[in-house]
Amino acid sequence: MNPDDRYYHSEHEWVKIDDDGLAVIGITDFAQQQLGEIVFVELPEVGSTLTAGQVYGEVESVKSVSELYAPVTGQVTQVNSILSDFPETVNAEPYGEGWIVKVRMSDTRVLDSLMTSAQYSTHIGEE
Amino acid sequence: MTGEHRHADTDCRPLIFELGDPEWSCTGTGVVPDSEEASIEELFPGMHRECPPNLPNVSELDIMRHYSRLAAVNFGVDTGMYPLGSCTMKYNPRLNEDVCRLPGFAGLHPYQPEATVQGVLELLAGLQAALIEITGLPAVSLQPSAGAHGEHTALLCIRAHHARNGDPRRRVLIPDTAHGTNPATVSLCGYETQTIPSDASGGVELAALRAALDEDVAAVMLTNPNTLGLFDLNIQEITTAVRACGAFSYCDGANLNAIMGISRPGDMGFDALHVNLHKTFATPHGGGGPGAGPVCVSEQLAPYLPGPVVQCGPDGFTLVKPADSIGRVRSFYGNVGVLIRAYAYILSSGGDGLRAVSEQAVLSANYLMARLRNAYALPYERTCMHEFVLSASRQKKANAVRALDIGKRLLDYGIHPPTVYFPLLVEEALMIEPTETEPLSSLDRFISVMMAIAEEAESDPDVPKNAPYTTVVRRLDEARAARELDLRWTSSDTTA
Repeated sequence: MNPDDRYYHSEHEWVKIDDDGLAVIGITDFAQQQLGEIVFVELPEVGSTLTAGQVYGEVESVKSVSELYAPVTGQVTQVNSILSDFPETVNAEPYGEGWIVKVRMSDTRVLDSLMTSAQYSTHIGEE
Repeated sequence: MTGEHRHADTDCRPLIFELGDPEWSCTGTGVVPDSEEASIEELFPGMHRECPPNLPNVSELDIMRHYSRLAAVNFGVDTGMYPLGSCTMKYNPRLNEDVCRLPGFAGLHPYQPEATVQGVLELLAGLQAALIEITGLPAVSLQPSAGAHGEHTALLCIRAHHARNGDPRRRVLIPDTAHGTNPATVSLCGYETQTIPSDASGGVELAALRAALDEDVAAVMLTNPNTLGLFDLNIQEITTAVRACGAFSYCDGANLNAIMGISRPGDMGFDALHVNLHKTFATPHGGGGPGAGPVCVSEQLAPYLPGPVVQCGPDGFTLVKPADSIGRVRSFYGNVGVLIRAYAYILSSGGDGLRAVSEQAVLSANYLMARLRNAYALPYERTCMHEFVLSASRQKKANAVRALDIGKRLLDYGIHPPTVYFPLLVEEALMIEPTETEPLSSLDRFISVMMAIAEEAESDPDVPKNAPYTTVVRRLDEARAARELDLRWTSSDTTA
């Protein structure tokens, strides 16, 4: 099940606001299942800027290469460097250790346009 | 078929470096001897190697057996059916091989003066004329060595035109059914890709395309018929809209095999396209290459083509560089041996023959689609062109049998898997292209095998899930192969 403590984007990304107010971003369990075994995650650079709705990286599985879409706008403060050596972490723990980037949001209002866990479940049910 | 009948010879055998007797030296020192005029040290100071190269110590018989065994475990279209969608793995007539090996072609040197190579230049001019006729575009360069290279060349010509007009533009629009090489080409040319969704009929969503088109768009890259094997019914509206905003329509010619002699990309309004000679015109493919990806363009883009191109003038055939050429994209004159094969194929087929090729390719694909549509899901219910896309979604949902498992199981029946998981917009995609060269008996066998696998997926899903059983190696760990890529052989003998 998709956790209730975060927001969801139609391109199968999640955003969780952590204790420092940073937006932690990852891909959903549905996305990792669709991708299959992940073999490479192209991470953005710390300090780079993400723009909501724009591509910020790539995730490569044995099946395909897919683009990562930013659910929010802001500056990257940290990337999950574990993924460089262990990209399969995204498969194993998409909502935990498999997070991808942390972003300092420039405008939190974008969160209002994202989906709740229940809305996202409906969204993937329709796909 | 069960897993109990593996032949003993299918176990992994040693590499050529592991064969032979290391004590039995047949390679000599491997060091280049000094010439009579000068020592190696004088000619190439500091370059003298200190130990002989590590060459295999094998007899001629060892070598012959080694390569014969590799040939026996290889799979190609000469071995069995190879319905690899989008790749057009058709049989290449041996006639083409004979022709390109004629001494008059095989013995040519690229530095020969033009006056001494009029024959091959005439042949290349003939190929240029044939491609112009087939594609409906008035100019062509035979230079690029592969499909993606042709794509890149075409986009460079488009970029050169925009740059010359002081209107650089930044974006290239690509539908979500595109070949992966299209966005790669866009990036290499310094543009940004914008993806356009497909509509319910599998074509480009016109409204989304119109919304994305503006004066910042340099080009739209389309494949028609597209990678779903469907002809875009709105193609003329699309190319007209693209032209109206000053952009160019580029056609990925990967699927030209479906439309030869029937419709022409130039007539559809395209400004440029590349031709995969190794797909449509039966030249060697994949590891059997090299390839060739000639690029055909409109009058407007012709001045930017890479040179040399062949022209016929009062003094015979000459090699010229177009006026505002983007320059060379390859050494010498392209892969001439491949170009000769393609020309032999075109001439031996003739105009009617090429049309028959496309008609047969389309008929074969539709026959398979009609016979398999009950056993597998068919996401787009339209008459297809030379290929079609099934989905294993039903098998996955019912018994967790995926497109990959079905592909692996086909290997046990001596059939190469279709393309799987492409195009990306179809879940569990199986993209099937029989080509015109498969006879009806072979199509019927493919149908019965696909039916049998669908049946297995239901009655005994572990059979496809653990396939293949009869191949040289069993199911490979694809994730590990990608994560821990290691292709280099290193000697265990440290003294070597």
